[in-house]
Amino acid sequence: MITLTIDDHQIETQPGRTLLEAARERGIWIPTLCHHEALEPYGGCRLCVVELETPHGPRLVASCTYPCEEAAVVRTDTEMVRQSRQVAAELLLARAGHIPFIQELAASLGVHSTPFSLPVDDCILCARCVRACRGIVGVAAISMVARGAAREVASPFHISSADCIECATCVLVCPTGAITLHDITDRSRTLHTWPTEYARRACRLCEYHAETWLEVGR
Amino acid sequence: MNPLDSPKALEAWYKAIKQSIDPERPRLRVCGGTGCRSLGGPQLLQTLNDALDAAGLKKQVEVVVTGCHGFCEQGPLVTVAPEEIAYQHVTPDDAQAIVNQTLKAGIVLEELLYTDPANNQRILHEGDMPFYSGQTRRVMALNGKIDPYRVADYVAHSGYQALSRALYEMEPEEIIEEVSRSQLRGRGGAGFPTGLKWKLCRRASGDVKYIICNADEGDPGAFMDRSLLEANPHSIIEGMIIGAHAIGATGGFIYVRSEYPLAVATLKTALDQARECGLLGRNILGSGFNFDIQLHLGAGAFVCGEETALMASIEGRPGEPRPRPPFPVQSGLWGHPTNINNVKSWASIPLIIANGAEWFAEVGTDKSKGTAIFSMVGKINNTGLVEVPMGITLRELIFDVGGGIPGGKAFKAVQIGGPSGGCIPAKHLDTPIDYDSLTSLGAIMGSGGLVVTDETTCMVDLARYFMKFVQQESCGQCLPCRWGTQVMLDTLTRICDGQGQPGDIQSLEQLAKTVKAASLCGLGQTAPNPVLSTLRHFRAEYEAHVYDKRCPASVCRGLITYQIDPEICTGCMVCARNCPVGAITGEKKEPHMIDPELCTRCGLCMQVCKFNGVKVH
Repeated sequence: MITLTIDDHQIETQPGRTLLEAARERGIWIPTLCHHEALEPYGGCRLCVVELETPHGPRLVASCTYPCEEAAVVRTDTEMVRQSRQVAAELLLARAGHIPFIQELAASLGVHSTPFSLPVDDCILCARCVRACRGIVGVAAISMVARGAAREVASPFHISSADCIECATCVLVCPTGAITLHDITDRSRTLHTWPTEYARRACRLCEYHAETWLEVGR
Repeated sequence: MNPLDSPKALEAWYKAIKQSIDPERPRLRVCGGTGCRSLGGPQLLQTLNDALDAAGLKKQVEVVVTGCHGFCEQGPLVTVAPEEIAYQHVTPDDAQAIVNQTLKAGIVLEELLYTDPANNQRILHEGDMPFYSGQTRRVMALNGKIDPYRVADYVAHSGYQALSRALYEMEPEEIIEEVSRSQLRGRGGAGFPTGLKWKLCRRASGDVKYIICNADEGDPGAFMDRSLLEANPHSIIEGMIIGAHAIGATGGFIYVRSEYPLAVATLKTALDQARECGLLGRNILGSGFNFDIQLHLGAGAFVCGEETALMASIEGRPGEPRPRPPFPVQSGLWGHPTNINNVKSWASIPLIIANGAEWFAEVGTDKSKGTAIFSMVGKINNTGLVEVPMGITLRELIFDVGGGIPGGKAFKAVQIGGPSGGCIPAKHLDTPIDYDSLTSLGAIMGSGGLVVTDETTCMVDLARYFMKFVQQESCGQCLPCRWGTQVMLDTLTRICDGQGQPGDIQSLEQLAKTVKAASLCGLGQTAPNPVLSTLRHFRAEYEAHVYDKRCPASVCRGLITYQIDPEICTGCMVCARNCPVGAITGEKKEPHMIDPELCTRCGLCMQVCKFNGVKVH
């Protein structure tokens, strides 16, 4: 067991746990977005940043990826943390302020409007879908392409991916509803926002159609 | 040749090479560095060889194509040995004269010598030019002296003797101790103590360990690593083998940009030659130590200079950084302990082992030992590569070694450390340069890129330029860097276009601080530095743009107008003929006018006017 301090609470936890896990075990609230219990930590959205004391002064770390260390001193609600989360929320609002989930998330951080302007898109690039496809499904039919602000989720070469097994896990983990399934005919459907189209197939074991368990999953 | 199987064999080879070299034999050393090549080096080399042929001197005179001498401003460079006559700006037309007059008759061609701008005196030897005399060349000592494609040239200058010593006379711990005592700090820019990093990697558990040479130099205006790779690749390879022995590494990689074709070529040849000589691969120098180095070419992403992104790239994944910890020394390449050092750090190792830690620490400041290599570009007379002691002041560096600012203009600031660094204004010119002093001024040592600006540089425009660079190079993984840099770039562009609004500066500063604090990797954490440091030292310039709609340096096109002074204009019509958009009108011998609606503010009229009649406001 290792002992660390989060917001003046002495916390004992198992080695290998992240700061986020340790804080949540204790009931300390830390906002997250790209984090998902079923997925590998990513550290992309930076909403979960907390302040860690270091010999060179306090610095921000992403609690979802930072491991608990013996005698670490962590604060989850300082001026630097609030400031940083607020700017992240404002940037999110600029990108996808029309999505109710993003509005609610920003509001939980006290942010109701944004001074910034960015090209609007449903996708906020949290990479949950990409990580689910690779980590849970194990096929990597989609991935992140391009760099920086031009970054997007796409199937290889923007064409229908032969690796997609129509499991729709990406649809389930997407926090903004940017990924949707559309029926084209009763024999085929398409997965947006990337152009993956496939024929409907029944599960070989149970003869359920994908749409059936998708209903259950949602 | 047979692989060298013992220190004695190396020693014998060294002596044999030394004996075979006649120091009195006439030699032409032609710079084959990227700068001199692009100035016509290959054609010059061809005509020199032809001229030697025609004069029947092919046998007597040796032509050596060397790496970068450093003084790129004066290229192409040719040095005539043994007299060490340094010719500058040599063109193919000069080949005949060099052969027939200098080599045959011993006549020095005055017009090809360097002229000291201070006193108009011609200077015969490189060492007497202020550009070279102010330097302390250690890592770059053999630049411009040896042929990078010949391992024998390196061995003739005691090359690989440090390796021999490290393998046969020193325990790995002793090597690390020696490096620690030298107080060498990482030359990639962050300045982490190299000895400590090695110690951590050696102590890390695991049978498989890697070392990596980070040669993914990508800062705009930086070419220190490239020149070293091109001029003296064996010094880097020797440093890596010593490091591998000290750390207990089983494999090594050199990660070099594919945009450096010459460096890739010299490295490939050097690695092959080292393997042939028994200096790399299995049973190095007969010591039983096995270690090989693979070359890995980058695919053009700046972020791959960040160590975790670099390792991802070697592993075959997209070059995206990952959070630390774990640090590479704990879990690096494919999960194994990995030690990453910069090109210049590796090249310093043979010098430390050969000459001792005390020798290395002789120069430098209290906490930053040794020399620093800078590439000086921008508004400076002596563009080129310099190696100077840590602790030199910016004034000495820019005005003594660098020869000052062209055209008698006033020095404004120097951007040091590239897009991750910051600017340092004139009032700090006398600050000694080392890792800590630069950090306290809001800049960083960085890998050594040094961009000099003068009064005609707009600092807001400069910040915009670097922000555009990092915005394009951000990998996009974390939110603050991906969108924060984009919003900052948009704001800076708006300010430069004259559309700045009250509150822009405050919002820019706030956003910059957040991106710096909250980003995932070093790229995002340092990306706002150019904005923060220009805001710190040149806030008034931002305010002039936003509130007065004025660009004090007369650079930002949205805020300037060109006008022709009717008192000065002679009506020669040169400006009207050169204006690409036909914005200038006027009769011959009558004062001309610029139509501000049509004018695109390209500034061509100002450049072509012989009477300084075009004014910018």
